[in-house]
Amino acid sequence: MKRFLQALLFFVAMGLLWEALFRARLWSPVLVPSPVTVGQYLWEALRDGTLASAILVTLKRLLLGYVFGLALGLPLGLLTARFRLLADTLGLLALGLQALPSVCWVPLALLWFGQTEAAMFFVVVMGTLWSVIIATDNGVRNVPPIYARAARTMGSSGLHTWLVVILPAALPFIVGGMKQGWAFAWRSLMAAEIYVTILSGFGLGHLLHYGRELNAMEQVIGIMLVLLVIGLLADKIFFSPWERFLHRRWGTAK
Amino acid sequence: MNLPSEIAAEALSSKLSVQGVSKTYRSGARRVHALDNVSLEVGEGEFVCLVGPSGCGKSTLLSVIAGLDQADAGQVLTDGAPVVGPGRDRMVMFQESALFPWLDAIGNVMFGLRLKPGLDNAERRKVAEYYLHLVGLEKFHHAFVHELSGGMKQRVALARALAPNPRVLLMDEPFGALDALTREQLYGDIQRIWQQRKKTIVFVTHNVREAVCLGDRVVLFSPHPGRIREQFKIDLPRPRDINSVELARHATAITAALKHHVRPETEAGE
Repeated sequence: MKRFLQALLFFVAMGLLWEALFRARLWSPVLVPSPVTVGQYLWEALRDGTLASAILVTLKRLLLGYVFGLALGLPLGLLTARFRLLADTLGLLALGLQALPSVCWVPLALLWFGQTEAAMFFVVVMGTLWSVIIATDNGVRNVPPIYARAARTMGSSGLHTWLVVILPAALPFIVGGMKQGWAFAWRSLMAAEIYVTILSGFGLGHLLHYGRELNAMEQVIGIMLVLLVIGLLADKIFFSPWERFLHRRWGTAK
Repeated sequence: MNLPSEIAAEALSSKLSVQGVSKTYRSGARRVHALDNVSLEVGEGEFVCLVGPSGCGKSTLLSVIAGLDQADAGQVLTDGAPVVGPGRDRMVMFQESALFPWLDAIGNVMFGLRLKPGLDNAERRKVAEYYLHLVGLEKFHHAFVHELSGGMKQRVALARALAPNPRVLLMDEPFGALDALTREQLYGDIQRIWQQRKKTIVFVTHNVREAVCLGDRVVLFSPHPGRIREQFKIDLPRPRDINSVELARHATAITAALKHHVRPETEAGE
């Protein structure tokens, strides 16, 4: 509770500072609108439903691509860790593509798929996939071999060992990779939405883009705030419980 | 308490027969001749300690008996049947506890039981509880691995190895990383459990006193290549105290023999 209040106080202070800067008239109000104006925009957008539908469209794209990227990346990472040939081929490719900024997939996706949901999906999957492969591969390689040996003496072998010993043992790395994959997917989706208009759905990135087109700074800042809150919530809701679990089991918490 | 027949039944032990086992492996560019034509008979319910400097192949032999590593030549028989792979009749305790950090203490003990057919989950839990009690950890069922001290981890590892009711227990320097006081407690416990559960035990150590304290027989290895040099029968009454003068006398004689067999220059190569 105390930590929550501290955080609340911090953000209230930031808001007040912002309002003070606005009132000092250092910059044109077109460039630095008052937090009240931004609040009014958000309230309006919420009331007429544009905000909710944009959030829904964006999150749906994100989750779809992310879950698919995970479902593909996890087994591929296990395979590259298991088979030397795959490590030297697919593993190398993943390493290279992981370092590629995921925005770079946008032009390619547009040419291949046009202005469609498929292009969005493709970009998010590419953002997620490679870092999940790398993290899973890396996690498996860091599992102490003695775990598998101990499991073998107790009658575990083959797929059973992989599912019940190697996979949970690699979990700290895998969750790290899932988190990174999420961050990459989120960034690439925003880039794609800002870059290109897709008629099948109007996401947060589009709102941001049209805020700029219309010189509506309160919309730009308002949407950025929404993005920030979504990022925070994703971390707190999806990843924090996992990390707490890992810290408790592995004894890595402070 | 109505314990499953698992525990109530008189536990069985096996006769082990190691016949002409040789093993060479690569370590970087070097070839290590870990075992050279090693033969050893271990009787039913016997407690045998393998002693030697590091690199003498005693741990390799244990892995071969466990079925975790394959011999290049020779074979290992348990009650006349050749060992072809790991089996629940031969459980291993490693130097590091090798406990799984994602499971609590009882989850670790139950791991091997889950793979054992013919038990339902309630019975598995009962068996696991029995063995945790046997090693003195009845209050730590739900402790996670990092919450346990080094000695407690090895107790859980012992319970985990005992739980599938193996006929042979293979112990690879299990107390090597523990402090002296904890070790002494465990010497008492392991002797009590061995007498109670009647297992055949092969115990690897480089500590001669430890070997004399625990073993019916001490088998001396020398390295490069790994060979058995000499064997000593230990007739001291049990339970033995590692600090007793009588025990120290035996240990001194064996240490002298060990020094004789291991020439200084070969040890410098380690």
